[in-house]
Amino acid sequence: MYGYRGSLARYLKKIGAKIGDRIRIQKAGSSYEGALMPRSELGETSHLVLKLPSGYNLGVKVTKWTKIVKIGEGKPPKLGMPSIKIKRDPSKPDVTIVGSGGTIASRVDYRTGAVFPAFTPEEIYGAVPELGGLANIKVIEACNVFSEHMTPELWVKIGRAVARELNSGASGVVVAHGTDTMGYTAAALSFMLKGLFRPVVLVGSQRSSDRPSSDAALNLISAVTVAGRSEIAEVCVVMHGSTEDDFCLIHRGTKVRKCHTSRRDTFQTINDVPLGMVRDGELKLFRDDYNRAKPEGRVKVDGKFEPKVALVKVFPAMRSEVLDGLVSAGYKGIVLEGTGLGHAPESLFEGIKRTIGRGIPVVMTSQCIWGRVNMRVYSTGRDLLQLGVIPGEDMLPETAYIKLMFALGHTSKLDEISEIMRTNLAGEITPRTRPDAFLKPVFSPKAGV
Amino acid sequence: MGLNYEKLGLRVGFEIHQELGTHKLFCNCPSELRDEEPLLEVKRRLRPTQSELGKVDRAALAEAIKGKVFRYQVTDNVCLVELDGEPPHPVNEEALDIALEAALLLNAKPLDEVHTMRKIVIDGSNTCGFQRTILVATDGHVEVNGKRFRIPTICLEEDAARKMGEGAELIDYRLDRLGIPLVEIATGPDFSAPYTPAKAALYIGQLLRATGKVKRGIGTIRQDINISIAGGARQEIKGVQELTLISTVIEREVQRQLALLEIRDELRRRRAGKVTKRMIDVTNVFSKSGSRVIREAIGAGGAVLAVKLPKFAGLLGKELQPGRRFGTELADCARLYGKVGGLFHTDELPGYGISQEEVDRLRKITDAAEGDAVVFIADVKEKAEAGLNAVVDRANQALDGVPEETRRALPDGNTEFMRPLPGAGRLYPETDIGPIPITRDRLNKIRKRLPELPEQKVKRFIKEYDLSQDLARRITLSENVGLFEEIVKKYRVDPTLVASTLEETLVSLRRDGVPVENLNKKHLADTFKLLSLRKITREPIPQILSTLARKPREKVEKILDELGLKAMSIRELEGMVSGIVDNNIEIVREQGENSHKILMGILMREVRGRADGKKVSEILREKIKSRLKG
Ligand SMILES: [Zn+2]
Repeated sequence: MYGYRGSLARYLKKIGAKIGDRIRIQKAGSSYEGALMPRSELGETSHLVLKLPSGYNLGVKVTKWTKIVKIGEGKPPKLGMPSIKIKRDPSKPDVTIVGSGGTIASRVDYRTGAVFPAFTPEEIYGAVPELGGLANIKVIEACNVFSEHMTPELWVKIGRAVARELNSGASGVVVAHGTDTMGYTAAALSFMLKGLFRPVVLVGSQRSSDRPSSDAALNLISAVTVAGRSEIAEVCVVMHGSTEDDFCLIHRGTKVRKCHTSRRDTFQTINDVPLGMVRDGELKLFRDDYNRAKPEGRVKVDGKFEPKVALVKVFPAMRSEVLDGLVSAGYKGIVLEGTGLGHAPESLFEGIKRTIGRGIPVVMTSQCIWGRVNMRVYSTGRDLLQLGVIPGEDMLPETAYIKLMFALGHTSKLDEISEIMRTNLAGEITPRTRPDAFLKPVFSPKAGV
Repeated sequence: MGLNYEKLGLRVGFEIHQELGTHKLFCNCPSELRDEEPLLEVKRRLRPTQSELGKVDRAALAEAIKGKVFRYQVTDNVCLVELDGEPPHPVNEEALDIALEAALLLNAKPLDEVHTMRKIVIDGSNTCGFQRTILVATDGHVEVNGKRFRIPTICLEEDAARKMGEGAELIDYRLDRLGIPLVEIATGPDFSAPYTPAKAALYIGQLLRATGKVKRGIGTIRQDINISIAGGARQEIKGVQELTLISTVIEREVQRQLALLEIRDELRRRRAGKVTKRMIDVTNVFSKSGSRVIREAIGAGGAVLAVKLPKFAGLLGKELQPGRRFGTELADCARLYGKVGGLFHTDELPGYGISQEEVDRLRKITDAAEGDAVVFIADVKEKAEAGLNAVVDRANQALDGVPEETRRALPDGNTEFMRPLPGAGRLYPETDIGPIPITRDRLNKIRKRLPELPEQKVKRFIKEYDLSQDLARRITLSENVGLFEEIVKKYRVDPTLVASTLEETLVSLRRDGVPVENLNKKHLADTFKLLSLRKITREPIPQILSTLARKPREKVEKILDELGLKAMSIRELEGMVSGIVDNNIEIVREQGENSHKILMGILMREVRGRADGKKVSEILREKIKSRLKG
């Protein structure tokens, strides 16, 4: 019950105490009065959490000499931001927000601090009122998991929801997604959605939406701007472009990667420049080689993914048994994150040979993250090519992983897979490596870092 | 002022915020301030997660949410935690121990388990939009002058960023102070005179310093004061840095509340009604005004808006505190809510370049009678409107007396409006940090090493070291108290000399411009070590210390050589005395034992502090005696 376990939970039940009820606790010389609060799962089971009238929470260790009395009923939550009802404005674009888990926006009960996710458009307008000026918002939920628990089936579920919304008239779709695996889902949607004619934008936040400094609102406003008002008929990720609350960058879904555990500007376009940016509600595009939106169209979902694909980082002293183990576990394809230009130690050659010999494709990418593999420069690379390893060009390892799942979903013939992997399907392979597509100074250029 | 504070129902409580001498509360950055140019600046915004406005109009809400831009100065002693670019690290356990130690010294009861809370603060002084605070103990008390005062709560919290400047749209903060651990000690509203709170605050400050684990110096301890009088309202006055200012702040707040109550009574007598927000554009009246402020505002495309405050004439000019009138309070509100520069009102006009004719026209257009006051603002129209809205709200509060407010202490003891007093309990759990159980083991360890209370220490110093009452008290309250005991325990030296050197000599050297801040513990300890070894005498100690302060890298021995201050051996001294006696044998013969005084003067000039005067005198007396005999 609300995180309480064992005898304490039973006792609270016995005295009829619910969360929010007023409770008095007496023990050896101390007496506390306040509202009963939920117990975090991490805490010890013997403590009861009270919120004092001053607002502070405290934990009281309950022993058999502790007296707990309920002295009053709790009050219903008082939500910080009011709901806002807005009539549909036909002159504004219709944008559907597809939830996938976590909270898009949240509303806080300012008496207890409990966080309530905003689900309805009214609640989302209440939390981020700027959205009302941008688009008519509709909200649906495709699934409800943390992003680290995403699976290929859930990608397809999200893809179907997106397609349904676009095919029934939405100007664009925003997919609210946890940031951990947002890049993977973006790549999966990029390969899956065929005939895309309107924007599909993934968005998330690095600072939760229940705090005043959250990046969620600016990210969501920018994502809705791209979904409702841009001509980019591609899957993209829209997130903070710097550590400031200034602008968001628009990243192509197959070229984007989470690069920092906690910063707001964690998402970076790798080996390319972003498609554009959104600042103060204004779109600014950096390039014009994107798929243009069309007034009419029909999106089809090609949701065939082979789930048994492994993404494996190459390391010194790595031995063939790693690959043998994957093969015997039934894996149907392997993406290697090789060293440098796309290399692996000799001790792995036998395993690679055996793997490919069984008809299992092995694709080479680089753990350098930035740059293109080139397996013709050194003999090791040439040997690996000889063994039948498929070079992954300048694809991100994560994108190559998704793409190999997609390829294996459609064929098991090695030569066909090799062909698919080397052909640009959704912007994942660029023909030229741009000189300006690399790390910018860690902080701002004026700092001279 | 001769007010009977008890009769007025004065109730005062205060909160002390003391910075702790350890690294930051939720990261490993040092607790130190920096003055150099920032490495970079980061602009952010904060969005309220709750609204007190009750407004459901989208545009209004969006405007309310927009707020100011905050520009954070990043120096190389802060990390991503201060910048809100990384979750907080686990709480600094040393800081928690110090807070628990303070709680025990204040006779409070530590909690079984402490929870980190977020206190929403969206003025930008915290990058994440909240201050993290932990209630550590409750139900303490202190005794001051034989009277007991309650200490209901002791909290451990993080300090806010330093405000470096503020414009209409942007506030600059520096992140170095953000996250420095503070203990917050709150008293009950138990004080009924303006003078006792400062004494209690002084005592609590001494207790905290007794731990040896808190910071010292300007800005490391700050007081917030809660004040109310019967019929008035509770005020929270923030940021009183000087203890000596506390009583002035209290006196002036009482004065302000009494004046506001007089204004209320006068308004009631005049049968003043609620002021309406009817704003009138009076730009035309001032198109050729002699006021530069107004001309510039109009020239920049702004407007002059006016609002009538019926039956308020004369009251806006009423003084609430020395130099602050009711009109000043209205202007505070206009500045804060309208982001305007200021306002004009008819109680102070004609003046400021505004003519009687303009005032007459203004009164006519706004339909203001003799007894009415008119307030007007020249600025961008929206800002002027927001400013006047706030003025009307504040004027309406005057009909009810004193509004509850959070106010900022000014250096002269006056206060200015900061924001309405927030309701209690706007605290949310900090989900990034789990609850921390306070174990019995932990408390026992802290109990074992609790410092002596100041009053116990004074008594012991008198008894053990034979210090005078005054010196014992001074050294007890000094930051040198630890060094004092270290020296007198380690070396055979006169404790009174050590205490007076640390407390008096150093002060007078500083007054003479000696950079005594360069002296470290080792300098002082080494000096007394030489004294105990009889390598020097006590007389030249000030001279040695001032030389050391100027050359802090030199060894003490080297400085002694330089000054020629190495103590003389007995043999050297005896030789010197014999020599002097021989050279002045005439005087010795003439004056007998009385020659001692003259010869002593000659000798001491020669000795120049290299020998103890008593010893010199003794040897001289013997030598004279033996010469007279022989
Ligand atoms: Zn830090």
